[in-house]
Amino acid sequence: MKILVCISHVPDTTSKINFTDNDTQFDTNGVQFVINPNDEFGLTRAMWFKEKQGASVDVVTVGGAEVEPTLRKALAIGADQAIRVDTPAVDGYAVAKELADVVKNGGYDLVIAGRESIDYNGGMVPGMVAAMTGSSFVNTCIALEIEGSSVTATREIDGGKETVTTSLPLVIGGQKGLVEESDLRIPNMRGIMMARKKPLDVKASIDASSETSTVSFEKPAPKGAVTLVEADNLDRLVDLLHNEAKVI
Amino acid sequence: MSVLVYTESENGAFKKTAYEVSSYAKGIADMLGTDVAAISFHAADAGDLGTYGVKTLHNVKDAKLDKFNAGAYADAIAQAAKAVDAKVIVISSSADSKYLGSLLSVHLDAGYVSNVVALPSSADPFTVKRSVFTNKAFSNTQISTDRKLIGLSKNAYGLKENPTDCSVVDFAPSLNDDDFKVEVKSVDKATDKVTIADAEIVVSAGRGMKGPENWGMIEELAGVLGAATACSKPVSDMGWRPHGEHVGQTGKPVASSLYIAIGISGAIQHLAGINSSKVKVVINTDAEAPFFKAADYGVVGDAFEVVPVLIEKLKAFKAANA
Repeated sequence: MKILVCISHVPDTTSKINFTDNDTQFDTNGVQFVINPNDEFGLTRAMWFKEKQGASVDVVTVGGAEVEPTLRKALAIGADQAIRVDTPAVDGYAVAKELADVVKNGGYDLVIAGRESIDYNGGMVPGMVAAMTGSSFVNTCIALEIEGSSVTATREIDGGKETVTTSLPLVIGGQKGLVEESDLRIPNMRGIMMARKKPLDVKASIDASSETSTVSFEKPAPKGAVTLVEADNLDRLVDLLHNEAKVI
Repeated sequence: MSVLVYTESENGAFKKTAYEVSSYAKGIADMLGTDVAAISFHAADAGDLGTYGVKTLHNVKDAKLDKFNAGAYADAIAQAAKAVDAKVIVISSSADSKYLGSLLSVHLDAGYVSNVVALPSSADPFTVKRSVFTNKAFSNTQISTDRKLIGLSKNAYGLKENPTDCSVVDFAPSLNDDDFKVEVKSVDKATDKVTIADAEIVVSAGRGMKGPENWGMIEELAGVLGAATACSKPVSDMGWRPHGEHVGQTGKPVASSLYIAIGISGAIQHLAGINSSKVKVVINTDAEAPFFKAADYGVVGDAFEVVPVLIEKLKAFKAANA
């Protein structure tokens, strides 16, 4: 089985969010970038398939040279080779077109992407890749078993979960549950050394068009101070929730 | 030309989000000088869609679509969009709508923007505001395609009445085997509990509860308020509560009217998941807990003393306002 794991290169969750160039660009100054957490669960599950069922695992990111440390980390975790599509990630549609081209040319059976990236939160790339490549698609996937080309997957739904069956080729939008957080792998020194020797292929963009563009960013209005209520005066809290906030 | 809205229903009845996306679609239709058409699957009747401005409901009654199926639903909605010549299609941010949204966007060559929080600031160029960086910022985004697909954030627009007569027509999409490549085998859903996604109020608790055996009062408080229960990440990691209740950046997002956090310090990843909630109440022994900076109302106190009293106060309030 040939697996492709799509990796987003995203700001660490604790990053301060600021903008430059008249609020048109994300300010990367002082920001630490990491593998998108939803993708990390998928990458670890891919490692499981590699070790238990003999799969090969490639990772791919769309972006400039600045994303390469993130791809190297994925290689250090155990991916066999990395692909960087050399173009800025403009919008979900353009990224999905670029990835679909990699999928078609690489003959992948299984594409694992995170259900959304924690920067733009669009949640659209995995489904678009599936539709563009004619693959089955399971979103918010929290369990995945594959036997031959038969797939059993569990996905999270509002208020519960459902089990589905399908067949390869398949694209999933994965998340926590695919593996537990305690199973996530931290690259060890041997992995880091080996990653330096693994292939990182820079692929020319197909110049996919975008359908959307960011005109400007803005930040939410500053929040007012908390209203503290004495623990022995909870009637006041009930009154505030009813008369001021009007939520009960 | 119409604006098409996908109105979700359960057991024939529309969900509240169906009325919110209808209200929003009517706002766009007014900007564009057109009407709102809806598509639904197995709706019993038009419900209150007319109240929220929907002129025509295209109701699909195909037995193959009894259970939600993203591939088939996306194909059916795409066919409805073409039938009513929809230039704008509006869906919600439910798990199901997010699942089918990207498939629908490819079916229609429609630029898709999810997590939208307001009506377009401009119809030409078509520009909408969406939340990004897990609600820490907004992006004003232009859609350049002829057809546009919008995923509306829950509770971002609210319900707005625009009464009109809503007629119901049967809609029979032409589906193929490819639409059913993914087959639903079983659904495991707690039907008697309010879900985090649908809840107006969420009562959430963290490590401050000291152990799973102490969740009785959290559930009682949720019961009094008709709320869903949720928890912080460490609590689900330790197995005190199911993963489905974990709220935060890698857990479930919450966009409720009221979020009550008990014994949760307020790690940045947790706050990212609840930013969209309108009113936040924090109960914590530690006055320095970061959550107080994000809260609207706070009580510095021991949950084991505060929560039982709060339950009694709310019961009395409910009885007086019944």
